[in-house]
Amino acid sequence: MDDKELHEKYNAYVQAKIPKTKNFPSLFYSYLVGGLICMLGQGISDTLLAIFPSMTKDAASAWMLIGLIFLASFLTGLGVYDRIGVFAGAGSIVPITGFSNSIASPAIEYKKEGIIFGLCVKMFSVAGPVIVNGLAVSIIVGIIYMFL
Amino acid sequence: MIAKKCGKQSVKFSTPVKIISTYSIVGQKEGNGNFKDYFDYILKDDKFGEDTFEHAERKLIEHAIIHGIERAHLNIQDIDLMLAGDLLNQITSSSFTARKLNATFVGLYGACSTMAESLAVGACMVDGGFFKNVVCATGSHFSSAERQYRFPLELGNQRPPTSQWTVTGAGCAILSADGPNDCNKIYSATFGKVVDYGVTDVNNMGAAMAPAACSTLIAHFEDMHTKPEDYDLILTGDLGKLGSELLIDLMEHNGYKLGRNYSDCGQMMYNDNQKTFQGGSGAGCSASVLNSYVMRKLSEGSIKRVLFLATGALLSSTSAQQGDSIPGICHAVEIRRE
Repeated sequence: MDDKELHEKYNAYVQAKIPKTKNFPSLFYSYLVGGLICMLGQGISDTLLAIFPSMTKDAASAWMLIGLIFLASFLTGLGVYDRIGVFAGAGSIVPITGFSNSIASPAIEYKKEGIIFGLCVKMFSVAGPVIVNGLAVSIIVGIIYMFL
Repeated sequence: MIAKKCGKQSVKFSTPVKIISTYSIVGQKEGNGNFKDYFDYILKDDKFGEDTFEHAERKLIEHAIIHGIERAHLNIQDIDLMLAGDLLNQITSSSFTARKLNATFVGLYGACSTMAESLAVGACMVDGGFFKNVVCATGSHFSSAERQYRFPLELGNQRPPTSQWTVTGAGCAILSADGPNDCNKIYSATFGKVVDYGVTDVNNMGAAMAPAACSTLIAHFEDMHTKPEDYDLILTGDLGKLGSELLIDLMEHNGYKLGRNYSDCGQMMYNDNQKTFQGGSGAGCSASVLNSYVMRKLSEGSIKRVLFLATGALLSSTSAQQGDSIPGICHAVEIRRE
């Protein structure tokens, strides 16, 4: 048996043996927490619209996003957000709060290596790809929109 | 001429090398685990009073060495050589400790296999008559390892079910040509080959290292003309639950049956409620278990012959990102109590 064949055989055997994530509880908790975060967001924007009747819907959404981003960063700083993430999984990563967490957590982590080369450089080490992809897609969509 | 070499990869010491003192120190999580009654010191604060986790890791190793030397009733000046390594880039935890202790220092890198590697090299140095007192030490810290290899600590991501938990802890053993006769002694050692079965999943270190453990274990049995039943305990370093099952299967495939005398430090480190999935890993895992639980059991006489194999995954975050598979290594030392 040559090396390649041995490696393939071993890896197939390992794959068959590894414990799998249980689908039902993971999905349940991620939908539960993700749904609660979305409800909270909706709650914030509805409350704002109720208190300030002159506010536009777009402005209320912007304030709601700012509120959620702040809350997630704050909980990250307190060391709570990662604990939510342990059982919520994608439920707390996919909403904007997860994005906030992914910027706040390296910022806290790398502060010790200095403000410029630690905090500023490493701050986007997790969220960087999201920003790059977001920008790239927005440019493509913008070009398409120009011709429509 | 080469009188002490045995077979292809092993050495047998003409005078068994004495382990005159050992010391272990661990973090809080490990201190709540299965070996809580055996560790010499359990941290109350994961930063050990330091400002960063890297400094804390350095202090762990330093603390283990200083107290190990003290326990042997020696002074730092009596130590001829310090053999140590750790997981951080350029093994700074070890070399900075050597700087502080003003010790003659040889840095080792064997990833999580460093405890066995340092004991094997140290025993050769002592039995060869080059040095009298040799310090062997290593350690790791959960948070510094996470920072280096994975994600920021506060990131709300999930760990896959194959992952292991890097142990916060350090261990130190002092080898000597002198000392009392009734102590644990190193009889032989087997140096490992780098083995790679093409595993690329960085969250499944057990699978990457099990073939290396298998290779060294077989080499040891062949070189020493022994079989698994000859040992009271065969102990691997940090294969974890999955990795040790893989090792048992691999050994059986090669005609060796590992029975109830086989165990793994990583698998035993934590209890099931601690949610570490496959168990402990890291250089501090095997170092803290060997220098507490195993040495105590040997001293008490409840076990007499131990084969200690620490396994290491020789990857870097760069090699993993460039798609390279994970090479493993494993070194073995045979420790006995007469």
